[in-house]
Amino acid sequence: MENLCSINNLAACLVQGGMNPDLANLLTTLGGVVLVATVPLVTVIFLIWVERKVAARVQDRIGPNRVGPFGLLQSVADAVKMITKEDITPQGADKFIYNLAPIIAFASVVLIWAVVPFTPLHIGADLSIGILYFVAVASIGTVKIMIAGWSSNNKYALLGAFRTIAQLLSYEVPLVLSLLIPVMISGTMSMQEITRQQGGMWFFFMAPVAAIMFFIANLAETGRAPFDLLEAESEIIAGYNIEYSGFKWGMFMAGEFMHAFTACLLTAVVFLGGWWGPGVEQIPVLGFIYLGLKTGVVYLFALILRSTVPRVRIDQLMTLNWKWLVPISVANVIMTAFLLKLVQWLNLAPQDGTLGAALPQTIILFAGNLVLGLVLFNFIRNMGRSQRLADQAVPVLGEHEESPVHAVGD
Amino acid sequence: MAVLNEWAFIGVFFSIAWIFPFLPIFMAHLLAPHKPNSIKQSTYECGVETVGDTWIQFKVQYYIYGLIFMVFDVEIVFLFPWALAYKQLDFFGFFAGLLFVFFLFDALVYAWRKDALEWV
Repeated sequence: MENLCSINNLAACLVQGGMNPDLANLLTTLGGVVLVATVPLVTVIFLIWVERKVAARVQDRIGPNRVGPFGLLQSVADAVKMITKEDITPQGADKFIYNLAPIIAFASVVLIWAVVPFTPLHIGADLSIGILYFVAVASIGTVKIMIAGWSSNNKYALLGAFRTIAQLLSYEVPLVLSLLIPVMISGTMSMQEITRQQGGMWFFFMAPVAAIMFFIANLAETGRAPFDLLEAESEIIAGYNIEYSGFKWGMFMAGEFMHAFTACLLTAVVFLGGWWGPGVEQIPVLGFIYLGLKTGVVYLFALILRSTVPRVRIDQLMTLNWKWLVPISVANVIMTAFLLKLVQWLNLAPQDGTLGAALPQTIILFAGNLVLGLVLFNFIRNMGRSQRLADQAVPVLGEHEESPVHAVGD
Repeated sequence: MAVLNEWAFIGVFFSIAWIFPFLPIFMAHLLAPHKPNSIKQSTYECGVETVGDTWIQFKVQYYIYGLIFMVFDVEIVFLFPWALAYKQLDFFGFFAGLLFVFFLFDALVYAWRKDALEWV
């Protein structure tokens, strides 16, 4: 029993070595917290580099390439620079809240990582209400923007904060509604259990509409293009963080990058099977790599979307949410509920975690989603067509005025 | 006991998570120059002095969206237990849930018809 000591049973090992059990538990928990929190802290340094590189490639530039190999150390250099920047607190700002906002901004994102299952064995805390925890902690982000915008005593900041609050509140509804679907299919809210149940089939194939809805709502929740109204440079300069400088501003930026990545991570965990992959049951650590790969694919998609799609207007943003995403999400919940009961009634519910067992349920749910998608597609096409016809019926002002002028010229 | 341990982890996480952003800010506070003057600290605006108070009443539209959000958020919290126990529910539970979702949708239709969703 000499080689028992590893990261998985540190507490038991310490007790065996003669330590007080309570102290051992506390130490293990503390170590786990630091370990889990280090992952996002290290990742964010590379995320900024990845983000800038991808944006540069899309725009046919090279991107950062001077500091270190391939410019990898650019973010480190930026951090060093930010530390030496003067920290300015504007006149009339509410000092305590003003300083609190960047701390909340970063801490709220790090907290989400507590419930992310990295491998079959390694998870910060496998809460029985992991999904609800994610929703609750992610919405602390709304508070940070409100208090940052309000305490800065700046009109641009306040305008940015208002817009952002309206946006974040609104998109929370489809976000949470689309999270209902995996909960219904798996019958649990624990992140680890939801991932485990995707052994037969990823939930993406059982609920593609919910997955896409979740992705879009997350883009808006994290303030990524095309929903980056909170920092519309051409309208309100920088939005809620306009008065911040130095590392406080850096914390907002790091928190935003981190949140975007975490949202993609959650998409991978809840819909793309998390750590599942070939050979993961024999070597659990492989799960970390699979999860990273899946998250990377989703994140790359979000990045390319960010650098190719133009920003929407605030009224379009609200229309998209309340008149499209919310009704579709509600319809999706009803349809999934109906189809799941149908599957149960037909005795087709998966009995074990193999592909064969999950296939009938997947086919039925996928067909339902496909029908919903086709109905929507048709509806949008008809709407676009009637809009086009209406536009053609009204003569355009320029054309109307041109002919008399032309006649005079003759 | 296992459940308590999970929550102990969350408790420890909450109590030390703020240290990670606090440390670099504190370091910057020690290292960065600090020479405030009234022009540097004035509120940022495009070339003109800021006029009037910032903390004023704002547009009622934001409140309306807030209220609609409240309706949905509260109802969704009740939907989660339903979704969690969905596989054990009989058809009565299924229809009760449908009725609940219908009321949720009804609130949206009401707000829609009242033009509360138009950005004015």
